[in-house]
Parts: sequence; structure tokens; C-alpha cells
Amino acid sequence: MSSGTGGSDSGGGIPGTDAAFSALLEDSAEELYESAPCGYLSTLMDGTIAKINATLLGWLGLSRDEVVGRMRFSDLLTVGGRLYHETHFAPLLRMQGHLGGIALEMRTAAGPRLPVLVTSTVKTSDDGDPLLIRTTVFDATDRRAYEKELLRARRAADEARRQAEADRERLREALAVLQQSLLPAILPDIPGMETACHYHIASDVQLGGDFYDLFPLDDNRFAFFLGDVCGKGPQAAALTSLARYTLRAAALHDADPAANLRMLNTVLLDRYTGDDPRYCTAVVGVLERAGDTTHVHLASGGHPPALVLREDGRVDHLSTRGGMLIGALPAAQFVSVRTTLHPGDTLLLYTDGLTEARIGEERDLYGDEALESFAADLAPAPPRRVIDALTALLHGFGDGLVDDTALLALGLPAPTDTGSETSA
Amino acid sequence: MSILRRNNVRVTGRASGRTIVLVHGFGCDQNMWRLVEPALAEDFRVVLFDYVGAGRSDLSAWREERYSSLDGYARDVVEVCEELDLRDAVLVGHSVSAMVGVLARAAAPERIGSLVMVCPSPYYIDEDGYRGGFSAEDIDELLESLESNYLGWSAAMAPVIMGNPDRPELGEELTNSFCATDPEIARVFARTTFLSDSRKDLQDVTAPTLILECAQDVIAPPEVGAYVHSAIPGSRLVTLAATGHCPQLSAPEATASAISAFVSDLTP
Repeated sequence: MSSGTGGSDSGGGIPGTDAAFSALLEDSAEELYESAPCGYLSTLMDGTIAKINATLLGWLGLSRDEVVGRMRFSDLLTVGGRLYHETHFAPLLRMQGHLGGIALEMRTAAGPRLPVLVTSTVKTSDDGDPLLIRTTVFDATDRRAYEKELLRARRAADEARRQAEADRERLREALAVLQQSLLPAILPDIPGMETACHYHIASDVQLGGDFYDLFPLDDNRFAFFLGDVCGKGPQAAALTSLARYTLRAAALHDADPAANLRMLNTVLLDRYTGDDPRYCTAVVGVLERAGDTTHVHLASGGHPPALVLREDGRVDHLSTRGGMLIGALPAAQFVSVRTTLHPGDTLLLYTDGLTEARIGEERDLYGDEALESFAADLAPAPPRRVIDALTALLHGFGDGLVDDTALLALGLPAPTDTGSETSA
Repeated sequence: MSILRRNNVRVTGRASGRTIVLVHGFGCDQNMWRLVEPALAEDFRVVLFDYVGAGRSDLSAWREERYSSLDGYARDVVEVCEELDLRDAVLVGHSVSAMVGVLARAAAPERIGSLVMVCPSPYYIDEDGYRGGFSAEDIDELLESLESNYLGWSAAMAPVIMGNPDRPELGEELTNSFCATDPEIARVFARTTFLSDSRKDLQDVTAPTLILECAQDVIAPPEVGAYVHSAIPGSRLVTLAATGHCPQLSAPEATASAISAFVSDLTP
């Protein structure tokens, strides 16, 4: 193959090779310039067109005499394209010496616009002075149609995204308002008691399924409850609302926590029948002031045990084992327990979002024991400090905290606290 | 974020010289001035910056609301002047920034003592009795041109902007692509530039003013230069033998010497 003398020496294998080769040789540089499959033009630095090929003249429907020496490059463009040329194309070309793939539109004599892709380079003299600009022009009609389609699709996608974000924000606001309506705005002041609470909602687009409340029964007694309904979302919110108002009415009617839970059980069974059973767990209690102490009478249905952080540093857990889910069975049993809070004691109620948080690499349950041990490290502690410590603990769980979590702490100020306050 | 970093402010030139602030227009950034900067820096202290949204400014500081009116750009100018505690500076504004300069001077006359308006136009749209050179449809066409040339922008620039320490060549590329602008930002600037009507602001200009125009400028044609000249009492008009809308690039020597001559004539 080192021979360059053509096919005839090699035995005359393929007739016509010679003719094809000759044709190639006849495609002179001049011919290639004039009839290239793209437009060529050269302009002076001020844009005056000095040279233009036949291909581009054909596309534009212009004669050489009309163009050379008479028009500037920007005269070939649409007005918008001219603005773009002056503000972007020309400055960039001056600074960089070359510029490629710029999308512009040219005006044709026949009327229709010709979408083009333009590439330019500046030819400089040996000492670096710019002499002229060489430009190639590609017909980009098909490509531009495709790009326009892409742009249209992108605009539609952007608009859909904006709409979705706005919808999500509206939903979030509506849910926040609804959520607030399911919780007390602020806990009431109970003479001689401190209270604190915290509510973590796992999702900002779903209503939480935990609830709590604290309210006076009469001059001497307050009732409280804290619970967790099954599921999430609107159905759970409806259940939460029903549970909350039922318990509140029941407690005002009869200050017996177990009776209140039985009432709720009946209401839920009555409301949710057939193939949509709905249930919840809850702890309900009554606080009754007795001198320096407060008696607590509470009942639980399927709810984790309440803890009492004692003034002497012990932690009691108020076992209500045997208390059944509320709303599951007509003859559900609920378990009552009584205790007395002394100055410095804090009663802690929580939902299982806390104890069922996932921790560590293995995503183990945080668990009841860990919570009791955490409480033991805190005790003695007033309600605010207990809730703050638990809030920090929840925060530390990060994405391990998968469920809603409600916390409510009620306590009597420690005698030393009171002493220091009065002496201050 | 300090103003100096936010607006990518650069100060060069003779520290003892009078201060000249060079303000770029729509379409690019402070790189537009690089051919005139060396000549001016010999005698003057030269301040360059990028508007928020342009060049190497802090894009996170960009707010559509602020930069949808020329006042927002004027605030950038005034804030840069305040940050440098400039007094009696010469503000050189190119294209739309000539009008921004008028607003900035009105807001901070003690900081901005005189104006150089390079290829100014107070209004681009033709109206009865006024020839701005363009129709509203032309401006829409420009916005289209902008858009079709930014098709590849997000893909190419997003990794640069988000920071790619493992791909340093992207940063290099950014350095070389002057005038690369977020398409959304460019769109807002284009609309503000070409749809703002600043004609009524001209008559209140009391600062010594030099108007520099090009003999051939499709964006700011001679009748617009004449309009600005007659609207600003006592202004000086110089027509450069240059083509296009950017004499600081096409005729840098003539541009620099016209600015120098004007500044040297000012009372010290």
C-alpha cells in the first residue's frame, strides 16, 4: 500500500477508482470554499463583510454585490440576534479571539428566518494585532426545532415543579394549623406545679398521631392524658380529634381514669366498625392536691408505663401491664395505678416514638431500659429539665426517630428550689 | 459576606490618583474593561467590580426583586463606593450602567462627583417622538437569543458553581468563560436593561458629564447620543471613530484617552 501511483499497477482490480480519485483532486480549495456544506464569511474587525461563500449567499437569497463591502455581519441577523451579537458575541470574540457554537437567527431575502450556529475566530498579524474575523455558519433549522421542544419541555417541568412546591407549602401550612388544633395551645397553669411538654412530628406533610392535654376539673383537681393513635395522616387525625374530645368530656363527667378509657373504647368501637377498625393507646390521669403533695390516679390502655423521677434520685415506673388497646375489643381491660408526687418529684409521660427510635449501626430499638436508665441519670430533675434533656436525646437520634413523639412532664418544685427562690 | 467579596471588587492603579469606578453593562462583567484598565491605572486609582449575578460575584446574594429595577444595580454601585469610602469619584458606566450611574450619583452625590456615560441609551424602545432603535418584539427576540444560547449552561456550569474539588479543570473553564451568566439572572438583567425608561432622570443630572458614543453603534445610535447630550445640561459629547457597542474593546486607546482627558479637566 505504499505505492501512491494508483490502481492500474495493481492489476486493474476496480474500474472507476481512477475517476473518483481525479474528481477529488479537482475539488479545489476555491471550489470547496464556495460550495462547502456550510456558510463561510470573513469580515473586517468592524464587521464589514469582505468575503462570503456561495452556500451562505444561497441560504440568504442575497447576491455577492449586495453584501461584500456593503453589509456588516450584524446586518445579516435578526434585531434580537443583533442585540445579542453586540452585547455578548462581539465582546467575547474580542477578548477570547474565538467563539463557538453560538445560536443566532439570520434574515433571508425571502422572509423566513434561518436558525444558524455560528463559530468565529480572529485572525491576527504576527505581532498580535487583530486583522479580520473568519466565521463559519451552520444551518441549524432542525436542531433549533429540537432545542425549542426541549426548552418548552423544560419550562413545563419548571412550572410543574414550582406548582408542586407551592402546593406542598400550602399543604404544610394547612397541616400545621390542623395539628395545632389537636394540641393545647399552651399548658394551663397549675398552682404549685410545674409542667413541660414537647411534640416531635416525624413528617411535615402528614399529621402526627400523638396527642396530649392537661386541663382543670375543679379547684383542686386537674386531668391529663397522652396517647397515640394507630396510623398517620387524615384518618389518624380524625381519630385523634375524636379521642381527644371524648377523653376531655369523659374526664369532666367522671374523674375515674379507667372509666374514661372504657368510654373511649365504646366510642371508638361504635365509630369504627367493620373493615376499618381503629384503635389507640393512652394514659389518662387525675391530679389531686393534698397539702404539700399531689395524688396521681392514672389508668392506661396499651400505653408504655409512666415514669416518676423522685426527689431522692430514684426512678419509679408505674406499671400498667395488662391494660389493653383502646378500640380493639368490646370487653377491653384497663389498668389503674396510684402514686403520690412529693416536692421534687416529676411524672413523665411519653409515646413509644421515644422508646422505639432506632439507634446505632444495627438500628436497634432505643428501648424501655435505656429510657429508665436515662431518667435515672437525670433524677432528680424538674419538668423543664426533663423535657429539655429528652428533646436533646430525640434530636440526637437523627433519622432514627421514625415516629411522632409526645412528651409531657408534671412535677412539684423541689423544696430547695423554693427555698433558694424566696431567699433570692 | 462583605461587599468587596459579594461584588468581586478589585482596586488597582495609582493609589494617590483620582478614583475612577468602571462599571460593566449587560452581557459581561468587569473583564470588559481590561483593555482600558492599564492606561487608566497609570494616572488614576481604578475600581472594578461585578454586579451581583455577574462574573465572579456572589450569586447567592442575587434577588430577582432587587435586580429587576435599575435602582437595585445602583445600590450595588453605591454600596461599593461606601465600602471603599470613596469621595468625589468618577463613575464610568457602560451601556445600561451609564443610566445606573445617574441613579447612583443622585443617591450618593458626595461619593460620585462626575459621570462618564459610555454608549448610553435612556430608553431602547421607539415611541412617538422618540427613537430608541427597537420595538418591544425586538427585545423579546433578544430574550429568545439569550435563552437558546444558554441551553447548555446549567449542565456545564452547575458543577462549577456547586464546587467540585475533584475536578479542578472546571474552575479553569470558568475562568476562561467570561460573561457566563445564570440564564435566569441574564434574563432579568436583559429585561431591566432594555425595558427601563430613564429619560426623565437625565434632566436632574448636575454632575460634570462626558458622553462617549461610537460612530457606528446599532444599540445606541447617534440620535440617542444626541438626545442624552441635549438632556443633560452642560454635558460633553465625544464621538469615537469606533464600531459596535463596546469601544473599550474595539477602540481601547481612544476610549481611555477620552476618559483621561475628561478626568484631568475636572477641578481637583
